[in-house]
Amino acid sequence: MITIENLHKSFGSNAVLRGASLHVPKGESMVVIGGSGTGKSVLIKSVLGLVQPDSGTITVDGKDVNKGDRDAFLARFGMLFQGAALFDSLPVWQNVAFRLLRGSLKKPKDEARAIAIEKLRRVGLTEDVADRLPAELSGGMQKRVGLARAIAAEPEIIFFDEPTTGLDPIMSGVINDLIREIVTEMGATAITITHDMTSVRAIADKVAMLHAGKIRWSGPVGDMDESNDPYVDQFIHGRAEGPIEAVR
Amino acid sequence: MIAPVSSFLASLGAAFLGVLASVGRLGVFTGQTISHLVRPPFYGREFAHALLQIGYFSLPVVGLTALFTGGALALQIYAGSARFSAEAVVPQIVAIGMVRELGPVLVGLMIAARVTSSIAAEIATMKVTEQIDALVTLSTHPMKYLTLPRVLAATLVMPLLVGVGDIVGIYGGYLVGTGRLGFNAAAYLQNTADFLEPLDVISSLAKGAVFGFIAALMGCYYGMNSERGAMGVGRATKSSVVAAAILILAANFLLTEAFFSA
Repeated sequence: MITIENLHKSFGSNAVLRGASLHVPKGESMVVIGGSGTGKSVLIKSVLGLVQPDSGTITVDGKDVNKGDRDAFLARFGMLFQGAALFDSLPVWQNVAFRLLRGSLKKPKDEARAIAIEKLRRVGLTEDVADRLPAELSGGMQKRVGLARAIAAEPEIIFFDEPTTGLDPIMSGVINDLIREIVTEMGATAITITHDMTSVRAIADKVAMLHAGKIRWSGPVGDMDESNDPYVDQFIHGRAEGPIEAVR
Repeated sequence: MIAPVSSFLASLGAAFLGVLASVGRLGVFTGQTISHLVRPPFYGREFAHALLQIGYFSLPVVGLTALFTGGALALQIYAGSARFSAEAVVPQIVAIGMVRELGPVLVGLMIAARVTSSIAAEIATMKVTEQIDALVTLSTHPMKYLTLPRVLAATLVMPLLVGVGDIVGIYGGYLVGTGRLGFNAAAYLQNTADFLEPLDVISSLAKGAVFGFIAALMGCYYGMNSERGAMGVGRATKSSVVAAAILILAANFLLTEAFFSA
């Protein structure tokens, strides 16, 4: 279980998180929604230690994320970045097998390549992309490679940061379905950051809305449409009128 | 009257504190880089790649720079020494000028232009596209994977590049001396060899190692601390080259003082 308690984070005078708290039970797919710049990415990056919060606590299975063996901690995670964040200088298969080619999870090169190709197949890519460079792939293919990399080491917890941003609706649907299938078959705990409501309905078991630095509402995805929260209501229906200022 | 003076002093103090903070950050970054030298894991493939990129692929630019500089130096020394009928010193002055100063400094500046800029732009782009964050999530320390291999490779390979630059520079002087200025080829080489002392060569190679360390470190430091967007990458690249060039010239003065002050 991932537990975030009373998290605060400011960048200069801009207080992004102002006491955000979130609980994600093991094996659950949580989707965090909220407007651009509301701190959704900061929230998950704080869990991974990519951003140091000003105050608050984050625990995974009851253990403080800032204590203990960091490599062992990170080995439990996979992450799909917004822009895929593939390493330009490495061919696709080495991107996917990055973790399997070095460090504590290191495997023989042939074995790592075989696993990479299997994961590429899992996300709908053929073996012939394995030796291409990321720059030679389309945006949708890069996202799939990023997804293959996130699941290559069979992580227990997977984070997806804006998985459908920049993709056409059909490719967004493909990525959403892949995420849902993979999370279900791996039994992984997942946190997805998005403001794409199609993604929310396809991926989420539960939804949390981040607004003004705090979790404004959270609950099962089925309850989202009857939340009776004007902020959630405005957001999920994409209305310009409402308590959330359209121009922030 | 007091307000403008106070405001001026405040801005002066803020600038001074800013400089101190920058020096402190660079000091911490340097310490962290060196500390990873003795803490595994060590990424051999990245080190070999950096050796190739910084060393082998810099040979053409280093060679051409040294060749033309050596030739121009021979012409200048000949023209200058002719004023007091001392043309015969051309081989000796070209040798000492190239080995003690121009070889290491010019190679250092060319490496700052070619390698520092490339490292800074690459790492800064990795930062703004979240590739550095991705490295962390893949249990790979960016300092170990990106910084240490480049800094170590530059420190080790630069003495070799400076050695090549020294030899090619002297050869440039030799070509001009024998081809344009009428020196005897054997006598030119003999004078060069007789005049150079071991300390000249040692200081040259030592300067190379220090300049290589500075060049790669500045590229990594500004790349890692890049701001967002294309402007951030551009600024990081520019700042890295300027800082590397200034630090190389300052280090050159200090090393010359250390090696050759009476």
